[in-house]
Amino acid sequence: MKYRQARWDEPLIFELASNQDRETFQLGDDYFAKLGKETLTEVAQDIVRKEGPNIPNLSEPEVVRHYTRLTQMSYGIDVGVVPLGSCTMKYNPKICEDLANDERIIYAHPYMSEEYLQGLLEMLYTLQEWLAELTGMDVCSLHPPAGAAGELTGVLMIREYLRDKGYTHKDEILVPESAHGTNPASAAMAGFKVIHIPTDERGNTDLNALKAAVSDRTAGIMLTNPSTLGLFEEKITEISDLIHSKGGLLYYDGANLNGILGIARPGDMGFDIVHLNLHKTFAAPHGGGGPGAGAICVKKELADYLPKPLVRREGGRYYLDYNIRKSIGRITWFYGNIVPAIKSFMYLMMLGPEIREVAEVAVLNTNYFMKKIKELPGIDLIYGRERWRKHEVVISFENLYRETGVNAEDVAKALLDRGIHAPTIYFPLTVPEAHMVEFTESESKRTIDEVISAYKDIVRQAYEDPGKLKGAPRNTSVGRLDVLRANHPRTLAPTYRYVKKRNIDG
Amino acid sequence: MPHYWIPNSTKEVKQEMLKETGVDDVEEFFKDIPEQLRLKKELRVGFGKPLLEHEARRKFLEILSKNKFTGFRDVHRVFLGGGVCVHYIPSVVRAIVSRAEFYTAYTPYQPEINQGILQAFFEYQSLMAELYGVDIVNASMYNVSTAAAEAVRMALRVKRGRKRILIASSAHPEIKEVIRTWVEGLNVRLEEIPYEREDGELDVNVLRAKLSDDVAAVYVESPNFFGIIERKLRDIIEITHDAGALAIVNANPLSLGVFKAPGELGADIVVGDAQPLGVGLNYGGPSAGILGIQDRKELLRQLPGRLVGMTKTVDGSEKGFMLILQTREQHIRRERATSNITTNSGLEAIAAAVYVSLLGAKGLKRLSEALLGRTTYFLETLRKRDIKAAPLFEKGLYFHEVTISFKGRDARDVISQLEKHGIHVGPPLSRFYDVMHDCSLLCLTELHSKDDIDELVSKLALVLGGETG
Repeated sequence: MKYRQARWDEPLIFELASNQDRETFQLGDDYFAKLGKETLTEVAQDIVRKEGPNIPNLSEPEVVRHYTRLTQMSYGIDVGVVPLGSCTMKYNPKICEDLANDERIIYAHPYMSEEYLQGLLEMLYTLQEWLAELTGMDVCSLHPPAGAAGELTGVLMIREYLRDKGYTHKDEILVPESAHGTNPASAAMAGFKVIHIPTDERGNTDLNALKAAVSDRTAGIMLTNPSTLGLFEEKITEISDLIHSKGGLLYYDGANLNGILGIARPGDMGFDIVHLNLHKTFAAPHGGGGPGAGAICVKKELADYLPKPLVRREGGRYYLDYNIRKSIGRITWFYGNIVPAIKSFMYLMMLGPEIREVAEVAVLNTNYFMKKIKELPGIDLIYGRERWRKHEVVISFENLYRETGVNAEDVAKALLDRGIHAPTIYFPLTVPEAHMVEFTESESKRTIDEVISAYKDIVRQAYEDPGKLKGAPRNTSVGRLDVLRANHPRTLAPTYRYVKKRNIDG
Repeated sequence: MPHYWIPNSTKEVKQEMLKETGVDDVEEFFKDIPEQLRLKKELRVGFGKPLLEHEARRKFLEILSKNKFTGFRDVHRVFLGGGVCVHYIPSVVRAIVSRAEFYTAYTPYQPEINQGILQAFFEYQSLMAELYGVDIVNASMYNVSTAAAEAVRMALRVKRGRKRILIASSAHPEIKEVIRTWVEGLNVRLEEIPYEREDGELDVNVLRAKLSDDVAAVYVESPNFFGIIERKLRDIIEITHDAGALAIVNANPLSLGVFKAPGELGADIVVGDAQPLGVGLNYGGPSAGILGIQDRKELLRQLPGRLVGMTKTVDGSEKGFMLILQTREQHIRRERATSNITTNSGLEAIAAAVYVSLLGAKGLKRLSEALLGRTTYFLETLRKRDIKAAPLFEKGLYFHEVTISFKGRDARDVISQLEKHGIHVGPPLSRFYDVMHDCSLLCLTELHSKDDIDELVSKLALVLGGETG
């Protein structure tokens, strides 16, 4: 596939400024602006901003053209495949965008009386119920604004729950080495000590190491299942029994739920707390980094610890319930990220009980890809070589690197040149020269075949002319960027103001 | 069952792929899931069957029509405050954030193919830095409440060993709750600094008395939860610095067209919410949390969240943008990361950048003035008429939001009476404070015309009595 990304030499918005006066978009009317100005003359002048911020005054078409050009130098799932592992970059149905941005939602004030927002609350309540059913949990809350915030919510709930039981000595959280970085980071934020558990050759959590690590101090374990290796934790029931027998809890990181959606449920596996990423499994878009939305679902025993408030129904009326007895409090103000939640509500409405198809095809796509890609020279699977994957597969270019000097990053950049967004690279940290690949159910066989032949082509080039790959990418808006310069204290450039002040050569 | 969102869901494609994979049945892939864990029943999700798009649209509208709130048509009568208010979302902002190259992108981990979105984030950081008067702003937090909580956690890391945080008691009660939750487990003491009865501003004497060498940070808002501008902000920051603590200031971005930026006044960490910048109310979320710092090494090292920087291509020929200082973040630093944040509010940050670019310095200043003008107009109109309602803090300088006292009359009752006239005011302060049962917030924005404000005052008169009509 030939790819040529737009290459606008688009200046910074600040550089578009001109000396000639422009009328800018106005929201302030003359009558009140005049009154405001008068008020300002009556206040102490040392609080009044004399010089306006250094923000250019541009006309509406200039602003629109600037940002439109920037969109042309951007790449999302509607442009092409984004097989970032553990990110679940699936298609975001247009109907969800269309409806979730209804005026009655985007102009809804969070303190408006519930009487005026019964329809919206009904959707949120219904989504809570559906998510509970899908995860096999008892109660779901839409409070956390993202997955990591859901994790923090979860570990704080573990903390409170154990404290109420008098288990204040339980201060350790177990985390597999292959876990997402957010798991140890969240556990540490809640004041827990993090104990890392290695992975065995089959790609499961090393049960012997786990047994050795579990003690009276174990507060719980954070697991994603399927793991970041795309492998189902085969001994999940034993793990669950072991942790519970020591009075600990099981936390499920839902980032990888797409691989078992409608096929198996964390609730049935023994998990006590689950977070979901609505912007992954449930098709809300990623927005170039956010917003996401992260539901948190729990078993009955933990429901009293959920953050406040929860959407509830009583006698056909929906309301926000603040009466959660032992609530950990608030992770965010208001009620979570509502707009993505509505998109997920639409997504689930349209798939309904046939949601299982999502996981089946996502898993078929992964294994089809794995079967073909592992034939290529220089590529290895490291863990669980003979096992089928679920939502994703991790391939290692360690051999290729050793034999040709071409590393995982070079391969990634070469994919960009072929119009393919690279997978997650160098993760999990336990796999050297890793590419973590997740197609989701949204990619066609044709696209997957294109990715396979792109890899084939790149690997061939690596053996024939490795130097050439070091120069990739060439077809993107810019060539390979200087990471050292970007991070060096002398050339660091985080804002325009900083650059001007320090006179950094942009 | 095949579905049109899932290209490989037809029987023919599946069979071909299975064949090439060397497997007879999809079930083969799931055999490592213990038998007793494999779901046998159909899940109760959706409305009994998958809905076609037109059916789903109909269902959505059917449910949403149960809302009495009908959208933009009603917002001119929505005077609700409490940290977020009704603000106009320009069509330009919607148009740009509806472009799929932006909204369907992931975090730009591969910078060369996502220069556009990276430049937009860089511009967001840069525009917010200008507005707040600081040198560094990150690529966004979830919203101001988590930005404030992360700012407090950051201050505790910068001032390691100091275990007290002083919070203005006039801060948003929900932000206070969020901060309290986020420092759980850190063994820290949060103490509140009261406000002056007359003007609603922070009691500087109490602040001075409470500050000592074990205080890591002071958190203040201007305008605060009551709508009051802290006129002594410079002093507050100086006193805080004298005790060796960091000053964290939360300011409404729309106040910064007329009032001095917190960064210029010396705040070490600034936070704010991008909600009024074309992001929308969204029933409370999503929004974007603005988080900025002064240009100091110890602050930068502890900054949570993503940061975009300008750089050059390896050959030095062109400028470019990429995520920088990633070694602070969870995917590399794991339990030693500055925060667990991963997904942020990228698209809302872009909305804010577009909004600020669209208004320019000129439009922002005029909007700030017009907002202040409305506050003045409302207070004057209220004063002129003999209504049993008055601003709670007589000597305070209000901006945008006003705390109004109904002189002994229960605020919840007044609010529900106003609702009957189609006017929305609130939240009642009894929701957060036991003592202020007769007080409520209200907010005046560009969406309220002179007639709308007159109507509000008339309806207040009608509900509260004290004069005829």
